[in-house]
Amino acid sequence: MANFAKANSVEEWLDQRLAIRTIRRVMSTEYWIPKNVNFLWAMGMILMVTFKLLLVSGIFLLMYYQPNVDTAFDSVNYTIMQDVAYGWLWRHVHAVGASVVFLIIYIHMFTGIYYGSYKKGRELIWISGMILFITFSGLAFSGYMLPWGQMSYWAGMVITNLFSAGSLELHGIVEWVRGDYVPGQAFLDRFFMQHVLLLPLGVLGAIGLHFAALRLPHVNNQDGEEINFEEEAAKYKAGKKKESKVMAFGNDFLSKDIFVLSVFLIFFFYLVFWHYGFALDPVNLDPADGLKTPAHIYPEWYFLWSYEILRPFPKDPGLIAFAFSQVILLLLPFLDRSPNVAPANRRGPFAIWFWVFLVDMIVLTAMGKLPPEGIFNTIGLVAAIVFILLWVALPFITKLEKRL
Amino acid sequence: MKELKILAVVVFFSLAVYILVEPIAHGVMHKTIDKQGFAYKDLPDVNKKGDATRGKDLVMGAGACTGCHSIEVAGIAPTMDALTASSSYGVVPPDLSIAGAIYDERFLHALIKNPAKALDVEHKFTPDSGKMHPMSSFGGAGGDIDQEIADMVAYLKSIAPDSASVTPTQAFENACGRCHEVRYTNWTQMGEKPKFKKERDSLIYDANVLDYQDNLKKYMGKLPPDLSMKYGARGEQFMSTFVENPQGLLHGTSMPRVGLNAESAEKTLQYLHDSYEPQAMREERDRTGLWVMGFLLILASVAYLWKREVWKDLH
Ligand code: HEC
Ligand code: HEC
Ligand code: HEM
Repeated sequence: MANFAKANSVEEWLDQRLAIRTIRRVMSTEYWIPKNVNFLWAMGMILMVTFKLLLVSGIFLLMYYQPNVDTAFDSVNYTIMQDVAYGWLWRHVHAVGASVVFLIIYIHMFTGIYYGSYKKGRELIWISGMILFITFSGLAFSGYMLPWGQMSYWAGMVITNLFSAGSLELHGIVEWVRGDYVPGQAFLDRFFMQHVLLLPLGVLGAIGLHFAALRLPHVNNQDGEEINFEEEAAKYKAGKKKESKVMAFGNDFLSKDIFVLSVFLIFFFYLVFWHYGFALDPVNLDPADGLKTPAHIYPEWYFLWSYEILRPFPKDPGLIAFAFSQVILLLLPFLDRSPNVAPANRRGPFAIWFWVFLVDMIVLTAMGKLPPEGIFNTIGLVAAIVFILLWVALPFITKLEKRL
Repeated sequence: MKELKILAVVVFFSLAVYILVEPIAHGVMHKTIDKQGFAYKDLPDVNKKGDATRGKDLVMGAGACTGCHSIEVAGIAPTMDALTASSSYGVVPPDLSIAGAIYDERFLHALIKNPAKALDVEHKFTPDSGKMHPMSSFGGAGGDIDQEIADMVAYLKSIAPDSASVTPTQAFENACGRCHEVRYTNWTQMGEKPKFKKERDSLIYDANVLDYQDNLKKYMGKLPPDLSMKYGARGEQFMSTFVENPQGLLHGTSMPRVGLNAESAEKTLQYLHDSYEPQAMREERDRTGLWVMGFLLILASVAYLWKREVWKDLH
């Protein structure tokens, strides 16, 4: 048994038992961040906070939600929205949060791509990030089933149908996924389980991995500069804070994080109170009706780009293109053959690749929502082909890139 | 400053996505029709001054209105209970006490003359179909038919309250309530469901509503949807133009054009807005929002000052 001296303060008492001073040092006061980072490096923190908002609002919603095909719709739209004090607030926070978290995820991802923050030791950060993206997608989709509105039902129908794998006609798998021939009670129950337990656990685990992967390589910076963290940290600790190229996470970077975060929260709560319509699709305010297909079935905005890669092709090629789009981003660290870690704009052809990719994703997103008719269909098809070509071309473009 | 430039790029692309997938895509997907101000210009204008006293005799007599409709303010009770009425006519013919206040005058005239035409459901009652509109057309009582109708309309207006005093609930119940239920306000097609002491009575009420709905389904071809959430699901523009002109938005639908005047249409929509998000909740939302915004602005200012303080040592 270790020898415990009498502690003189609560902090000391805790330190003896939990080593909180070491933890604080490792996680905060001696966790080094390069000085040359901009507010885009606060996106990870914003994601963390948005996830917590989702978690807390979700817990409140869970106290009144009823996962039953007969009562789910009213438990959300009447009980929570009208009967429970401030139920509407939690619902709006949750719905807006689910949408905004994807906006920030995309900004965070494009930041990573732009600054090349996925290579030279940062591969696992990227991969764990993609695991987070996939888990969040599952979380968003399963959550969308819960209000049991028209869009829940029909999007659930369309997406689970993908499991039949086109001409392979694996209807058995579809039934296995649904627990029934069509979405019904078993379907709702299993998505409920995924949404409130399985996938949140997955996200928590993946966040842990993501943070662990950040620890050794440290975060990148906006010049792609390779920093000798030990040397710079020593300068900082010796009191030469101004000369050092790094700063401590707490309170140096944290003070900026919190400022950026509070600006974000102003935007977020503006949406929650006065502009939430985009997050609560009007079609889903009609209760699920298996006999009445809605005129337009579309997923939430953050899935539109991959939906549009599926849609303009014939069935089987479409599915293959879709599968391609789902895994290809995961492989980015290995498809980029250039040794340069630098902002895209300094990387020659890769700069073009980056901006074309960004615009292509936006075009795909827009076409994924518009009805697949006439010109929209053509634009969608071209954009989907461009997407595939971009990724096929990436290793060659980056291979030819000049070393900076 | 570099950070502001980066912010501008982020905002630009985020806004582009928003504008494309929200206003633009929804504009393409959902066709809209223009509001006509509930003027019913397709119906003939009748410039005849009616005489309410003669109108009263016609409504009670040759016009036969009271054979089907109750007029509570005039002490005329329904000739049958709601369930029986629905089995005869498909729906309960609405009470006429406030008809003069909520329906457009031109529309009332056209309705009495030819209900299927005024209600814009002639496609359901073609000669080939062998079906007749449950409300019979008024064939005249021997005199000038337009004058007679004008008299009846004058009578309906004379017994109706001032249109400003009609409540949203009354407007809704009279114009839509016989066909649509609104679960969130406890409204069934047979009226507001009372609180029963005995479960048995409650079940009997529900069973009667189910029977009524069966008759309604036979009449309409389908059960008209619950309207609790429709205001949110369709939006104000759709709701308003749909009430004014159902055929314009859902071609071939069996829902009639009910002929409300602008004032009552607005009240009806207010009722449906409240069933979707009650007024009190909307007010609470604005109030809470302002408090939260105030708090966040203070937080952001303090955070900014703190950051400046901390970063003084860094640069
Ligand atoms: C044979 C029965 C019958 C007679 C006679 C009759 N009605 Fe009706 N009336 C109905 C029915 C049934 C409806 C409901 C129709 C529907 O909802 O499709 C109705 C609807 C109405 C409405 C509401 C229309 C709307 O816009 O929703 C008014 C107003 C009305 N009747 C007035 C009259 C007047 C005035 C007379 C006398 C001239 C009259 N009715 C005679 C059966 C009758
Ligand atoms: C005589 C019966 C009848 C009356 C009266 C009536 N409706 Fe309807 N309504 C219907 C039917 C039937 C439908 C289904 C239409 C369809 O799907 O073709 C419908 C559908 C609707 C819809 C849904 C349209 C959609 O996009 O799915 C709305 C909204 C609506 N009615 C509003 C009203 C309002 C508001 C009133 C009163 C001002 C009203 N209705 C009066 C029969 C009626
Ligand atoms: C909710 C999910 C996520 C959370 C909570 C999260 C959190 C964080 C945090 C706190 C950081 C460090 C600070 C910063 O650079 O922002 C970070 C960095 C990073 N994240 Fe994420 N992240 C999430 C999702 C993702 C996704 C989907 C990707 C992309 C596939 C991703 C890729 C990266 C990369 C590449 C870095 C390193 C940035 C650098 O080195 O400059 N993350 N993340």
